[in-house]
Amino acid sequence: MNTVVTAVELAYWQQTAIRSVAALVAVLIPAGTLVYLYLFKMMSFMQSRLGPMEAGPYGSLQLLAEVGKFLQKEDLIPRAADRVVFKAAPFVVLVSTFLLVLVLPAGPDLWFINVDTGVFLALAVSSISVIGILMAGWGSASKYSLLGGLRAAGQLVAYELPLVLAVIGVVIQAGTLNMQEIVLAQANGEIFGWGAIGNPFVITQFLGFAIFLVAVQAELTQPPFDMPVAESEIVAGYLTEYSGMRFLLFFIAEFATAGIFAALAATLFLGGWYVPGLDPASDLFNLIGPLVLLTKIVLVSFLIFWFRFTYPRFREDQLQQLAWKVLIPLALANIVVTGVLKVVF
Amino acid sequence: MSEFLRNWLTVAVIGGVGVLLASVFLGLGSLVRPSRDTPQKGMNYESGVDPQGDMWSQANIRYYVFALMFVLFDVEAVFIFPWAARLESYGMFGLVEMAIFIAILALGLFYAWRKRLLRWI
Repeated sequence: MNTVVTAVELAYWQQTAIRSVAALVAVLIPAGTLVYLYLFKMMSFMQSRLGPMEAGPYGSLQLLAEVGKFLQKEDLIPRAADRVVFKAAPFVVLVSTFLLVLVLPAGPDLWFINVDTGVFLALAVSSISVIGILMAGWGSASKYSLLGGLRAAGQLVAYELPLVLAVIGVVIQAGTLNMQEIVLAQANGEIFGWGAIGNPFVITQFLGFAIFLVAVQAELTQPPFDMPVAESEIVAGYLTEYSGMRFLLFFIAEFATAGIFAALAATLFLGGWYVPGLDPASDLFNLIGPLVLLTKIVLVSFLIFWFRFTYPRFREDQLQQLAWKVLIPLALANIVVTGVLKVVF
Repeated sequence: MSEFLRNWLTVAVIGGVGVLLASVFLGLGSLVRPSRDTPQKGMNYESGVDPQGDMWSQANIRYYVFALMFVLFDVEAVFIFPWAARLESYGMFGLVEMAIFIAILALGLFYAWRKRLLRWI
């Protein structure tokens, strides 16, 4: 964390203070970028309209206007609701997002935690949000919410598996679970003796990358996997009874998680903070690493949002069948093939 | 404190930052938002009509079987991760071992498939 200012050696509490601010930035900046760039603008252009244009140049301050609007909304809790669970649910979802950002490295010395179980930790904390969503669905004491919560749980559980299994191919190739070492393995790797661009695993693990992206789409409950919040069937699913600030917390968590999952995909498959042609140990990456990572986040999430705006919604049985009959067998085959290639070559 | 424990302390601190952010947002809102509660505002939304019956109505948990199979495969993933990280040193022995393990689990999935449990009934 501290070699940008090379000479200064920071105490643990100082590092933690910097990391806390960095975590806020890492959660909110990609989320804001994605909402403005894709949800407001790209979606509008794809639908032949302009999107927000009034607040700031090209509507770029629309986000602040939205937060201001949500701040003024009355805080309504249904009388029948389980108040504690209802209030705790957005906290659980947001904390899950903050824990997810922890494993991402943004440069050789820019990391929140550097643990040997990095990937494993990320996949574990990403499923905490399921609990928050179930709490929201149950605590609202509304039929739409309950149906939405159950649908969400069924979907997130089914797509958790392809997500986890797709990552194993990367772990086999890199030989480590540490995110920092996975980045270095891609930076220093070579494809059959050709090492000019390193070995971004998207080339050798393309199937894994594709499965990962589809599973991420489902984990985010974005169209075409938005059954839990299908507005034409169950109003807004588990979000039905949430309004004002509490709704905004869910919204922030959803798009922050979209950004972080894109960052995970970028780190695992596209080389993370590394760009080809430079020495991965160079101090330069402590400066440009976060920007490189943000660029890759925007690129990966372009795919995610492109799918979101293009495909119609799945039917619930199609959704489950895609996970269990297509993605999981493919992911298992991917593991076996990767393992064989790793041992033979 | 060791580097290892410090990493996990950071995890707790950043989790706290998440709680703090949510609290700050809600706290800021309570300063500016109105609060005029009426009985109508406290009702559940049921497409505009008065809510009927018990709110926690019984739902058909159709994915019960899927939840069971999820547990099966999630445990499998826990076993595969350490193997995947050390595959280079295990070599052919580890590969054959894991191939057998995955084959048994794939057999389970195939069994559920043939039993038509993977359909959304």
